[in-house]
Amino acid sequence: MNTATFSLATVAPAIPEIALLACVSALLLVDLFVPDREKHLSFWLAIASLAGTAVLAGATVGNATAVTFHGMFVSDPMSQVLKVAALGASAVTLVYGRLYLEARSLLRGEFLSLALFATLGMMVMISAHHFLTLYLGLELLALSLYAMVALQRDSARATEAAMKYFVLGALASGMLLYGLSMLYGATGSLDIARVAASLGGAGASQTLAVFGVVFVVAGIAFKLGAVPFHMWIPDVYHGAATPATLFIGAAPKIAAFAFVIRLLAQALGGLDHDWQAMLALLAAASIGLGNLVAIAQTNLKRMLAYSTISHMGFLLMGLAAGTTNGYASAMFYVLTYVLMTLGAFGMILLLSRAGFEAEELEDFRGLNRKSRWYAFVMLVVVFSLAGIPPAVGFLAKLAVLQAAFEAGFGWLVVFAVLMSVVGAFYYLRLVKLMYMDEPAGEITIAPRADARVLLSANALAVLALGIVPAPLMDLCARAITASL
Amino acid sequence: MAQTGLPLLSLVTWVPIAFGLLVLAVADDRRPAAARWTALAGAVAGFAVGLPLWTGFSTAAGGQMQFQEMAPWIPLFNVNYHLGVDGISMPLILLNSFMTVLVVVAHWEVVTDKVGQYLAAFLVMSGLINGTFAALDAVLFYVFFEAMLIPMFLIIGVWGGPNRVYAAVKFFLYTLLGSLLMLAAFIYLYHQTNGSFEILDFHRLPLTATAQTLVFLAMFMSFAVKVPMWPVHTWLPDAHVEAPTGGSVILAAITLKIGAYGFLRFNLPIAPDASHALAGFMITLSLIAVVYIGLVALVQGDMKKLIAYSSISHMGFVTLGFFLFSAEGVLGGLVQMVSHGFVSAAMFLCVGVLYDRVHSRQISDYGGVANTMPVFSAFLVLFAMANSGLPATSGFVGEFLVILAAVKANFWLGFLAATTLVFGAAYTLWMVKRVVYGEVANPQVAALRDVGARELVFLVLLAACVLAMGVYPKPFADVMNPTIQELLKHVATSKLS
Repeated sequence: MNTATFSLATVAPAIPEIALLACVSALLLVDLFVPDREKHLSFWLAIASLAGTAVLAGATVGNATAVTFHGMFVSDPMSQVLKVAALGASAVTLVYGRLYLEARSLLRGEFLSLALFATLGMMVMISAHHFLTLYLGLELLALSLYAMVALQRDSARATEAAMKYFVLGALASGMLLYGLSMLYGATGSLDIARVAASLGGAGASQTLAVFGVVFVVAGIAFKLGAVPFHMWIPDVYHGAATPATLFIGAAPKIAAFAFVIRLLAQALGGLDHDWQAMLALLAAASIGLGNLVAIAQTNLKRMLAYSTISHMGFLLMGLAAGTTNGYASAMFYVLTYVLMTLGAFGMILLLSRAGFEAEELEDFRGLNRKSRWYAFVMLVVVFSLAGIPPAVGFLAKLAVLQAAFEAGFGWLVVFAVLMSVVGAFYYLRLVKLMYMDEPAGEITIAPRADARVLLSANALAVLALGIVPAPLMDLCARAITASL
Repeated sequence: MAQTGLPLLSLVTWVPIAFGLLVLAVADDRRPAAARWTALAGAVAGFAVGLPLWTGFSTAAGGQMQFQEMAPWIPLFNVNYHLGVDGISMPLILLNSFMTVLVVVAHWEVVTDKVGQYLAAFLVMSGLINGTFAALDAVLFYVFFEAMLIPMFLIIGVWGGPNRVYAAVKFFLYTLLGSLLMLAAFIYLYHQTNGSFEILDFHRLPLTATAQTLVFLAMFMSFAVKVPMWPVHTWLPDAHVEAPTGGSVILAAITLKIGAYGFLRFNLPIAPDASHALAGFMITLSLIAVVYIGLVALVQGDMKKLIAYSSISHMGFVTLGFFLFSAEGVLGGLVQMVSHGFVSAAMFLCVGVLYDRVHSRQISDYGGVANTMPVFSAFLVLFAMANSGLPATSGFVGEFLVILAAVKANFWLGFLAATTLVFGAAYTLWMVKRVVYGEVANPQVAALRDVGARELVFLVLLAACVLAMGVYPKPFADVMNPTIQELLKHVATSKLS
């Protein structure tokens, strides 16, 4: 701790974060001078910031693990991959959401800078090597998202959603902090590596630590939206403007995955027997409730919210395995899940226009008549979410089930498999509406070419990853092995 | 092992799928001719690339897998793109490719809505079915097996009858429930073999009696739904009645066979002891299907429903034959599978011919069709005879062998199985009598015109197959027998030790 020198080498692992921070600051300033009808300049600036940062982050992929800022920050293979994915997901979200935001005059510097700040928060979370850094990143992300939901201030629904999100999110943060403080009491440190070392040794108070774990897991469950801490998800997904929903539903899941890995696998790996069972129960409850309640939804955003809950259950199932294999399959799961979510919400955004949200299931009625291609795009995404091969959702589920089985959660595997049948039902309903019914109202498809091309590529990627999954699976496995 | 330069099994899988995508690309709903001819080319090409499988098949290779292809697919889980066929799967691949041609021919003037998507769905499904029969890796099998649901779901749901959505969803969920349990069994076996998804490794894997029973039941759920066996058969009449003619043909002729094939490829060799222990249970279910469903078929007023129930009853024969564990029984079951493929397809196509003209499937709307459609009626009577198992038709060979095996095992078993000859004749011929013979029932029947050249094509082709197989089944038996011997030897060896 005596080296106070600030050389380039100590900063190097954090260059992507620093670059993004500089970009956001620049965007905040530049946007003040951009007139309202020229806001596409700010938009492209935001996209360029994300893309540039992604390039910088991409350049770090493959580097050896580097811990810097006195153990506060780490750049390891897992974080390198996840950051690129999170940046990409954020950028894609903005491209999909652009027309929607323009039509509702939401495409302003506020939305864009909040999006970038949220992304920065994700990156900090992903690279945290210290409980404080982790919490810092989490709050930066969460506060940006609360504000993003509330940005549509004329909408009562959005305001209500923001309020719920904020109150429950703050509660979750409180739980998490409470748990972390107990861990500090038990181990005397907030540094992830030291906490892990201390829990492995004899000095730490096991009772106190396990007590802390309970609160940490509750906090994690809140953030992921796992049952019984899922209440905020449907309301926020439903209430927020669709691009904000997509923003909440996609990239932050990647950060949340890293969050769980840092806290449970790295810091609390020694207590895995205590948290494995908790995660398994959370997973079972999420998969069960998410799938059952989704059936009753008529609003697509709410349906996808409940589907998210069940998908988070599957993610937790992989994590509950507590093995390298399990973490790797969970990482594969989260990356492919984000890709599918982008596709699903991208379709909602593609069909929405000024004064029309396209968020009811009924709005997809007869889509195949209007556009065979976009009906197919949604078909691929929906079957992937349902876990039907050849889309990638199946292999992601298989990997997670396999890992959970290996770890001895046979009952959970059978339960999850049975619940997938229930889940298939509501996904099928959407396919039925698109293909087997005639259009009821007018369907328009957003005219922006960039969003259309990206969405088509998105769906093809879902399909292609299902047919050639090996590279991404290997990448996840290598990243996890090298980082733990 | 037969060796040719070409990856034949990949070709029979991917050629139809590629043509299916091509059909989508050229499809234009206002001018469907391009899509139709492309689809026909694809179906014929799919069948043509399958023919060398028959000619190059070596009957001397015993139960060995032939035409094997192997490439790593997901190295992390040791999943391989492993294809291969034996005497059980090879005829089924050809049957499927053949039926696809017929389905394309049969749709020609009949389907006018979204023609491109309709044909593409069939071609893609045909490829996936071939992949299912050829897969030697459990995950690969599962991917083909499940992916097949998507086109079938759309075929029933988009081009089906008035209650099509209900039928499509029921079909999908029933099948999914079964197959997901099978997936759980695969994951279990993967761990037991220390990380292999090879089906042949599963065959060699020693398992305890409990494990075998559980694995057997999980897979039973999957395949029994597909066959379908009583009491999980209820999706079939719904799906059949609502599906368009082509969908019914593929469902009856092919997808039901996948269930029966699954029993031979998975249940019997992976869990031989459980298969023996549960044989009584399986035989009981099969006999219920044969007798009870046969009676149910008797009272149907809807022709498609009648044939659907008749299919369940005939498939009961197949599973009955398998679980007698004798060479005659298994061979009889297999021959019955192929024969039923021809006969049920022919019956559904005949109903389709009538439906296209009168737009009714109710028996009561017909009567005296022979007066206005003499050629068609001759074919219908022939297929009806085959359906009731008349000697010299393909229907006879399989049923006779199974009854023979059943009588050998137990006289009363054989007796109950043989009742099908009575019931089968009763419901089929009674239907034919009411539809074909008698006075012309109404002006619609009076206005019927006989089959055209296109319809004659598939009727003649199927009639030739039905008669050829009935008179000279030896080529099929020669191909199947070595594999059956090998299988029975394997199943007779206990895995408990």
